[in-house]
Amino acid sequence: MHSSVFLVIATAVGAVIYALAHWLANDYLFFAGYTVLQFIVLATAWNILGGYTGYVNFGSAAFFALGAYTSVFFHKAYPLPIPVLILIGGTIAGLVGLGTGYLTLRLRGAFFAIATLALAVVLQTLIVNWDFVGGSRGAYIIRPREIAVIGNYIQYLFLIMLALCVIAITVARAIERSRLGYGFATIRDDELAAEASGVPTLKLKLIATALSGAFMGMAGAPFPYYIGYLEPSSAFGLQYAVNSIAMPMIGGTTSWIGPLIGAILLGTLQQVATVTVSSAVNLLIVGVLLVAFVIIAPKGIVGLVEDSWRRKK
Amino acid sequence: MAENLLEVVNVGKRFGGFVALDGIELAVAKGERVGLIGPNGSGKSTLVNCLCGTLANETGTVKFDGRDMNRLNAHQRTRLGMARSFQLPRPFTSMTLMDNVRIPLLYTVQARSGILHSSGDLDTRCIELLRLVGLEQKARQWPRDLTQVEMRKLELARAVAAEPKLLIADEAMAGLSHSEIEDILALLGRLNEQGITVILIEHIMRAVMSFSQRLVVLVSGKKIADGRPDEVIRDPEVERAYLGQ
Repeated sequence: MHSSVFLVIATAVGAVIYALAHWLANDYLFFAGYTVLQFIVLATAWNILGGYTGYVNFGSAAFFALGAYTSVFFHKAYPLPIPVLILIGGTIAGLVGLGTGYLTLRLRGAFFAIATLALAVVLQTLIVNWDFVGGSRGAYIIRPREIAVIGNYIQYLFLIMLALCVIAITVARAIERSRLGYGFATIRDDELAAEASGVPTLKLKLIATALSGAFMGMAGAPFPYYIGYLEPSSAFGLQYAVNSIAMPMIGGTTSWIGPLIGAILLGTLQQVATVTVSSAVNLLIVGVLLVAFVIIAPKGIVGLVEDSWRRKK
Repeated sequence: MAENLLEVVNVGKRFGGFVALDGIELAVAKGERVGLIGPNGSGKSTLVNCLCGTLANETGTVKFDGRDMNRLNAHQRTRLGMARSFQLPRPFTSMTLMDNVRIPLLYTVQARSGILHSSGDLDTRCIELLRLVGLEQKARQWPRDLTQVEMRKLELARAVAAEPKLLIADEAMAGLSHSEIEDILALLGRLNEQGITVILIEHIMRAVMSFSQRLVVLVSGKKIADGRPDEVIRDPEVERAYLGQ
């Protein structure tokens, strides 16, 4: 299926989801749905680097927070519409991704992962000491109650994140089926053999870090408007780093559908746990599921299904 | 005399205090079949890695087709026409055999020519390449389904897919049976007849002797002999160092 056809179908599915949520007319559904959608974008973004090229990024929260704090900065300095903030946040996070990639991509395995973790610590320290965006106290973002045409502001945020989801998934799928996707897969399989086959591995890894960082930044840009009060510990929260890794790992990292399945499953489970038990149990659920999948199904749900199909054949 | 395709001048490489290559000089003419032999640890694979850009040589220069390769990355050297197969097969395990040979077509042949081929044309070319090594029946299978000899054939098919001027086959016959060795030799011979210069690194003397027009011997990172195979194996220094006589 051509990417443009896929985009049309994904947009149609998005429209049905929005219409359904609208029909149910429950604000909490939009509020919880936004979080699940945000995790779909984060997981898809993580997978572009971690899944397609095999470079595990522990610094997802840093890119997410970059997007969020870009919005805080502009909210105070020069207020802009959220779609514009998403573009700016995505560009800044993408550029930081590119720079980080340039400095760290000669590292492999655990060393690369530690370097990305260090990036999150460095950025959090900078934000904590930057008063203009609230520093360690945090920053309040008073969002309007309503917006023209759509009405309720949370519905507007939900719609924006839904659109971002459609774009992120379509881009991830297009990459997977392109020359770029083949190049990414060779890096994951064997970098030495990739270079010997003419694949410019460093260039491709930089593209992956930039794209992955950009989508994470985009996912973070509307966040201050969603949460209303942004502080470093929430923007750089462990849940973003852990969920970004766990969702693709549980869903399956070799295709676009894995992070989607993982994010829907884990995101929904966490929302249900938040309402029925406590939000504190969220990371416990992720941890237990991640350990279980790593042991039982290291290729995730998609890998499990593919293996069972292969056995039937 | 044929023009040189590869010129290696005073190439040296150290790993800490260990001298892996010491002032290697080598010239390979276009269309030539050169055998490179030496005991384990003599520096054969290090030399291949320096030629292909996997390792950077600390001294000397590598010239290929008239160009200085010293500052070029491995993928740039491949695009200029220098392809290699690995001593231990390194297939792309998440891809089918078709896709394994598709990679050099996408990233070397297309990048070199600037012409984007249709997916159908690429599929046809992939099948042709796999037919060349007798793997066309397994085109849609994965490397994990292959035997050792098939894996080595896939390595060669992937190297050939880059449409090289020079093919460096690093121990492509290790562990293979007599008939399998004959298969690989026949394949290398056919490639050479098509105009591809071949450097064969091998421990199996029978294979190297029957294939090579010229034999180069490395011992402890130094070149100790370079000449016609029948002359080289009678060289007392080679006999002492390599053949143990």
